[in-house]
Amino acid sequence: MTVPIEDLLRELAPQVLGAVVRRFGDFESAEDAVQEALLAAARHWPVDGVPEAPRGWLIQTAVRRMTDQLRSDTARRRREDVAAQREPPPAPDVPDQDDTLVLLFLCCHPALTPASAIALTLRAVGGLTTAEIANAFLVPEPTMAQRISRARQKIRASGLSFGLPGPDERAARVRSVLRVLYLIFNEGYTSSAGRDLHRTELSGEAIRLARLAHRVLPDDPEVAGLLALMLLTDARRPARTDERGELIPLSEQDRTRWDAALIHEGTELIMGAVARGTVGEYQLQAAIAALHDDAKQASDTDWPQILGMYGLLARMTGNPMVTLNQAVAAAMVHGPAAGLEMLAPLDEQLPGHYRLAAVRAHLYEMAGDIETAKAHYRTAANRTTSEPERHYLTTQAARLHIR
Amino acid sequence: MKFLLLQNYQGGAGCDVPMDQWSPADIKAHIDFQLTLNQELLDKGELVDAQGLAAPATFVTFDGVGSPVVTDGPFPESKELLAGYRMVDVESAERAIEIAARASAAPGQHGVPIQQPIEVRQVMTAPSIDL
Repeated sequence: MTVPIEDLLRELAPQVLGAVVRRFGDFESAEDAVQEALLAAARHWPVDGVPEAPRGWLIQTAVRRMTDQLRSDTARRRREDVAAQREPPPAPDVPDQDDTLVLLFLCCHPALTPASAIALTLRAVGGLTTAEIANAFLVPEPTMAQRISRARQKIRASGLSFGLPGPDERAARVRSVLRVLYLIFNEGYTSSAGRDLHRTELSGEAIRLARLAHRVLPDDPEVAGLLALMLLTDARRPARTDERGELIPLSEQDRTRWDAALIHEGTELIMGAVARGTVGEYQLQAAIAALHDDAKQASDTDWPQILGMYGLLARMTGNPMVTLNQAVAAAMVHGPAAGLEMLAPLDEQLPGHYRLAAVRAHLYEMAGDIETAKAHYRTAANRTTSEPERHYLTTQAARLHIR
Repeated sequence: MKFLLLQNYQGGAGCDVPMDQWSPADIKAHIDFQLTLNQELLDKGELVDAQGLAAPATFVTFDGVGSPVVTDGPFPESKELLAGYRMVDVESAERAIEIAARASAAPGQHGVPIQQPIEVRQVMTAPSIDL
């Protein structure tokens, strides 16, 4: 019984916050008041039952909190102020999905640091409590509370208004939202050992928020692309680690354990988005993920097409991490020498990055140069900051050592 | 009582060979041991935190005048570099030592206990309540 209430609360959270901000025009206090209303609901509803109009209940509770707060602030300042007594003006009749969109834009504003934007989005749009967010990021609750509070102060200081961005700004602001959602997903997906439970919740939350973004921006192909990318990546999660949480590389995964329903949904989404015209980087990444997911076994992978897509993506983004993946695809199509050649210029762009060493190790092993491969696996193992990755890379070096 | 159990790369009798030269089965046994120990501590309600630390280490020292001095530390092949830690919340110092003893007996190459020294440090607390 507690799970549906929690889902309901999190779905209502951005709608309620939007309504309260519209009444009072003060995002910072509204956010606090809504959080308190959500906590009150989480306490009372499982006992007293869900009220008939849960959204109205939450808005009313939050508005009461805000009015009380205004009154006590006023009293403290010993100022007679009509504001405290004033009835809030009636909320303008705006569809809720606009509020959700406005909140997404606000919480993912490029003026915020990624860490603040992530925390604020999870709380204000995702309806998670500060404790839950702190838990997911493995930091103490007061630390996370400060991060959220500073993000809200930054919003106030920047004088950002509670409204949709203008047409000239819109594309950049959508990109900023997508980046934040992508970071949340990644944080959950690249989990560290023993902590994967919380982290899985984080990628699940990123998917929920991306679905929400797709619902309010149905015509944006990049939003669809990002959602598809998340679904197609998450589909492989059950096969990506063994029962101890150790990494299994894509080529060795038991593909029958991939989630067929997610793959189907993601593939439909990405095909629909690509058909609409403007291809962006999330769509390309999703299309590559779809090609991997489409292969019944590793040897069925359509590497030539993947190579072509990485080429497009590399030209579009200039991101050296893309070139790294492109080199793997090139090695699969044209042999390891082609891949190694493509890696050569990356020493300057990714100096000392463990993934560069890991890919080199893999390609040297493909080429039969076991000693060089072993050295690169060791370098990569020493440089990674992920424990499962370190175990995997150390084991690769060990495997070559005893040959 | 909280204790920090610090694990150094410093070799005990069973860990003078780097892990990437063990057999993959030995590596697996070692990691399984660590995960199992963490799970046991969790189940007993004693585990606060357990983390491995990435290499290499960087040492930062204020130079006494203006700018900090940054030195890249030794790589894990060398000695005395912190590799990871466990924080446990236990009933007694004896229990903390018992846990450290288990950790030091983790299997190494050919399953031989690594005998890595584990540094046990009690975490200081606020003063007790005046009555």
